[in-house]
Amino acid sequence: MGKENLRAVFILTICLGVFPFFIRSDYYLSIMIFIGINAIIVMGLSLLMGYAGQISLGHAAFFGIGAYCSGVLTVKLGLSIVTAFFCGIFLSIVMALAIAIPTLKLKGHYLAVATLGFGEIIYVIFNELLEITGGPSGLSGIPPIHFFGYSFKGGWRYFYLVWTVAILLLIFSLNIIHSRVGRALRAVHGSEVAAQAMGVNVSQFKIQVFVLSALYASVAGTLYAHFVTFISPSTFSLFVSILLLMMVVIGGGGSIWGALLGAGILTILPESLRAFRDFDILVYGVILMAILLFMPEGIFKGLTLSATWMRKKW
Amino acid sequence: MVTPHPILEASRLRKIFGGLMAIVDLNFKVMPGQIKAVIGPNGAGKTTLFNIITGILPPTGGTIRFKGREINGEKPHRIAQNGISRTFQTVELFGNMTVLENVMVGRHVRTKVGLIQSGLRLPGVKKEERFVLETAQEKLDIVGLTRRANEPASGVPLGEQKLLEVARALATDPQLLLLDEPAAGLNETEILRMAEIIMKIRESGVTVLLVEHHMDLVMSISDDIVVLNYGEKVAEGTPEEIKGDEKVIDAYLGVEIKYA
Repeated sequence: MGKENLRAVFILTICLGVFPFFIRSDYYLSIMIFIGINAIIVMGLSLLMGYAGQISLGHAAFFGIGAYCSGVLTVKLGLSIVTAFFCGIFLSIVMALAIAIPTLKLKGHYLAVATLGFGEIIYVIFNELLEITGGPSGLSGIPPIHFFGYSFKGGWRYFYLVWTVAILLLIFSLNIIHSRVGRALRAVHGSEVAAQAMGVNVSQFKIQVFVLSALYASVAGTLYAHFVTFISPSTFSLFVSILLLMMVVIGGGGSIWGALLGAGILTILPESLRAFRDFDILVYGVILMAILLFMPEGIFKGLTLSATWMRKKW
Repeated sequence: MVTPHPILEASRLRKIFGGLMAIVDLNFKVMPGQIKAVIGPNGAGKTTLFNIITGILPPTGGTIRFKGREINGEKPHRIAQNGISRTFQTVELFGNMTVLENVMVGRHVRTKVGLIQSGLRLPGVKKEERFVLETAQEKLDIVGLTRRANEPASGVPLGEQKLLEVARALATDPQLLLLDEPAAGLNETEILRMAEIIMKIRESGVTVLLVEHHMDLVMSISDDIVVLNYGEKVAEGTPEEIKGDEKVIDAYLGVEIKYA
């Protein structure tokens, strides 16, 4: 994946590794946990948008499928956490294939429309299947994660669990980008007709990346459900799908590091704007607009550009 | 002596766009090891022919056989896998990638590491990647672009972009290489260099089919020429025969021809 990326992953791992030693507050740890969970979904979305050039408006639904599978199967059926986790992944993959195979064989943004509909259907199902999901009032009592008798209940323990998963998926994503598959995806972005002439099976790769991104979201869903131990449909609505897209755009599509940055900023921002009380939404909007106005290619690209500019200047 | 089988054979090939007959019952053969040229005025159906051969457009009727097997209706990536590669009339590079990476994409069809293997860096990935890199550098060397390897493809001058397209096509290990106007937009020195490279490619055992307007280039390197006009074959033969053909002179070469 290249020396620079390797170094960056190393530094990130160290920083995260020592974080709980300095920050003891459960509040800050839980924000970091939410950033990790969001980052997992946004990395998948970034592969889909920035590399396969497709937009999904339904990733909150895959997030929800992961969360509800974990929740329902452990609470109602008493299945083990690991079994429930894999059921969620399996269901997400099947759903993703069912959407992707017909839509991604077509050219154009059919995927966006299909996932928009899919997200709404899943949202309605979460609300209406009262017996199973608990309906609008949600599902509570989801057990915390424990492996071999070791419980991941405490803030810092869960922090390490989430970020270990996130960093493994980060490495997985970076490996893909710097490989034959990543090159093929970028080629499709550059010229679809030339990519085909070089033997790239364009629709096959688009389908694979979409399924992969659904899988990321499902993993994040499981981590979310066992952390908050209570889930309700509103966490998996269209608004959340759009928020996740915003994280990709703000961070910068076409860069996994941008995805991490976007997830971080848009998770922290609403929290840090509490001081503005009633005006927080207004300030939030202004900040987002300013970012897109001054860094249309996202914060990551914007920061790299200004870093190069400063190096030249001094 | 046994006559070899043609590597590419079109029979009664036809393409109709709405009411426009782009290609009309075209029959022609390309023999292995040949450099064959397709010439004709603009709109004669030359690029359409290339798009049909490479699977981008389906033919309306007729068949195309490659190494004796019918290939019409196959997907472009399958055709690339079978051993046909091409360049484009208007350069179609991956502008977001470096020169070297462009050629590496050409290796895609001869390698097989998938999503999961590459994500997990399973054994074999590194070896294949090294192999891709080495072959790509080799192909860049053939067209003389090694010094540009790490520059963005969109930044190199047009002449070199054309050469880069050739290197990228070669990286797929084609048996048949289709060149769509390789000399368009090049100056005289660059055209000579392109001609040399095309000859070198043929010597390495690759059959070449090219569309070209630059008559000096066509006449000097081709073994065989097909002339199209309004989608129909007007003539076919060696450069000498074509230069003397009255129908060709009428349709295309015009009275200004200087090969007397």
